[in-house]
Amino acid sequence: MTGYNYTILIPIIPLVIFLVTGLLGMKWKPIVSGLIGTVGMGTAWLLSIITAGSYFFGGHHAEGFQTIIPFEMTWLRFTETLIIKMGVLLDPISVMMLVVVTTISFMVHLYSIGYMHGEKGFQRFFAFLSLFTFSMLGLVIATNIFQMYIFWELVGVSSFLLIGFYYQKPSAVAASKKAFIVTRFADLGFLVGILILSYVTKTFDFGQLTQPGTTIFGNAASLSFMGVSALTWAMTLIFIGGAGKSAMFPLHIWLPDAMEGPTPVSALIHAATMVVAGVYLVARMFPVIHFQAPAAQEIVGYVGGFTSLFAAIIAITQYDIKRVLAFSTLSQLGYMMLALGVSGYGGEEGLGYMASMFHLFTHAMFKALLFLGAGSIIHAVHSNYMYDMGGLRKYMPITHATFLIACLTIAGVPFLSGFFSKDEILVAALHHNKLLFAVEFIVAGLTAFYMFRLYFSVFWGKDRHYHHTPHESPLVMTIPLMFLAFASIFSGYLPFTELVTSDKIGFESEMNYMVAIPSILIGFLGIAVAWVLYKKESDIPAKLAKSWGILYTATYNKFYFDEIYLFVTRKIIFNYISRPIAWFDRHIVDGFMVGIGLVTEKASYKIKGMQSGQLQHYAFAFVAGALALALFMIYYLM
Amino acid sequence: MIQGIPIEHFLVVSTIMFFIGVCGFIIRRNLITMLMAVELILNSVNINFVVFNRYLYPDQLQGHFFSLFIVGIAAAEASVAIALIINIYRKLKNIDVENVNELKF
Repeated sequence: MTGYNYTILIPIIPLVIFLVTGLLGMKWKPIVSGLIGTVGMGTAWLLSIITAGSYFFGGHHAEGFQTIIPFEMTWLRFTETLIIKMGVLLDPISVMMLVVVTTISFMVHLYSIGYMHGEKGFQRFFAFLSLFTFSMLGLVIATNIFQMYIFWELVGVSSFLLIGFYYQKPSAVAASKKAFIVTRFADLGFLVGILILSYVTKTFDFGQLTQPGTTIFGNAASLSFMGVSALTWAMTLIFIGGAGKSAMFPLHIWLPDAMEGPTPVSALIHAATMVVAGVYLVARMFPVIHFQAPAAQEIVGYVGGFTSLFAAIIAITQYDIKRVLAFSTLSQLGYMMLALGVSGYGGEEGLGYMASMFHLFTHAMFKALLFLGAGSIIHAVHSNYMYDMGGLRKYMPITHATFLIACLTIAGVPFLSGFFSKDEILVAALHHNKLLFAVEFIVAGLTAFYMFRLYFSVFWGKDRHYHHTPHESPLVMTIPLMFLAFASIFSGYLPFTELVTSDKIGFESEMNYMVAIPSILIGFLGIAVAWVLYKKESDIPAKLAKSWGILYTATYNKFYFDEIYLFVTRKIIFNYISRPIAWFDRHIVDGFMVGIGLVTEKASYKIKGMQSGQLQHYAFAFVAGALALALFMIYYLM
Repeated sequence: MIQGIPIEHFLVVSTIMFFIGVCGFIIRRNLITMLMAVELILNSVNINFVVFNRYLYPDQLQGHFFSLFIVGIAAAEASVAIALIINIYRKLKNIDVENVNELKF
């Protein structure tokens, strides 16, 4: 099927904008870069919407959605069999992701014109945003796993650049390095996984890998390492790559620190798009994981479940508004991973898969909204800390309303989008794994609690002493908020079960009230507790914190994971691995080279006396040598 | 053919001359003595050429011609060498070979 040739423009537009604004931006007024970026992203957004419209709603799909590759080219040809291609692949999840990425990116571009106004490096910011959008779109439409890996690294780089945007700030520099190094470690796993997978299957192509009933895994069962099959290894390693990008436990440490970047960046990269790349990767490889490596799928589920609980607990104790949101993102990503982990394949069985993608979509909308709202608050108050905020609802009505909508959505209040997607995840978990269901059920309550703790302490409570009266953000910032609030409310009504499913064939699903009603109740319970504790300023929270004592302190310090990592790297790896290696390098390797030089020098110093300049010495040496040779030849060789 | 004298006698003489020349060249410090030692080496070679020519290929002349060449070149060499030695003497007031090290440094 043709007719989708224009989709190649969707990633090309941001690339061109990146090149133009990156190279020429400094010559223009800053606003020009912003306008070019925004208009370009708007175009890409429209193209994505058109693509999605004609893909999902054009024609009948009773037999399932086709995978369409409108464009593919050979990029590198190493040998006859090792060929790396670049292309555009359209199937339900990639089309959905195109919409997510371009929507959020467009909104963030628009918002940034207001938020970054007057910042030094305005043009640089927009250039990097375009670079990121290009990389993310390239990742989403990858036709093969190697193309995905390339763009995977590119999003890592642009994330690094944007986290370190305020490069004069040491904490931002440290955070960007941390994000880059942690994800690079995970990407090592991804790369090794790709290599094992392609060694077993002799292909990089998603089409061939995920085709139902494919025979390329024929010989895979016989290959194993340490008692685990090669494919399980490959999938687990690829999942480690995904876990690094999606900040799953224990590779989650970079995401909270990544909040050092400008807030729109957090909204775009660290809430809505890049961090779901890991989820997207697992979804992309889902048939392989599900059929060939069920053990790896178990890992996905449990890691997701643990991360969501762990992050939700930490989120309760944080005071930095962006960090609360960051841990909330972690928790929601855990949800998505868990849904993939408990999913089956095909029809109703694939509910978890569908729920994961659904939640990815709705989460992108409401979490971007939360971050942009937080940006709007920070813009007004000039602080990241909740104890510097209070009573803001009077000053910032639009931000207040949209933020409230986002909080209600994430808390799972009925008829908003988060309710539907979270409910599907809970149902899927209930069918497959009761333990994970219980975890998610608790997390649903915790989510409602910490979001409303944030909401009440920012918008209610007493006014603080502000440097100047907080004011509502300009229209260019509130329009994205309103748009995303609209999306948060209504995206739940999209018929996801018919559009995005594991086997690309739609199915009917209905509300499971056995799950929905308890989850609504626990959501409201969380909100109610937050209401009691934080609506009016009181000393109950402080007392509660004190009564929990050491547990509270541990949670406040994120269970000391940063410290553990630092201890492991500084004290153990540096001391017991790096230092001996450095010693070996300095003394053995270098020593060998220096030794050669030293011996040569000393030897020549010793024998330089032989070059006396006295002709007779040379003649003597010559004659003696000639005689010795003659004697040798006569008596030894003859 | 020189009656009754076998080739070995000539060769012994030329070998003795050669080694006297080598020893003189290595041991003596006086430049003129060294020049004389070189002449001895050359002439021992001359003897060899002539003798081998005479004993091994009596109907050919290459050996004789070679020795004549060597005599001629030795004469030229001696004149150049003595000119050098005179100049060295003028400069250094002696002709000890160990003192001729100006160019070394």
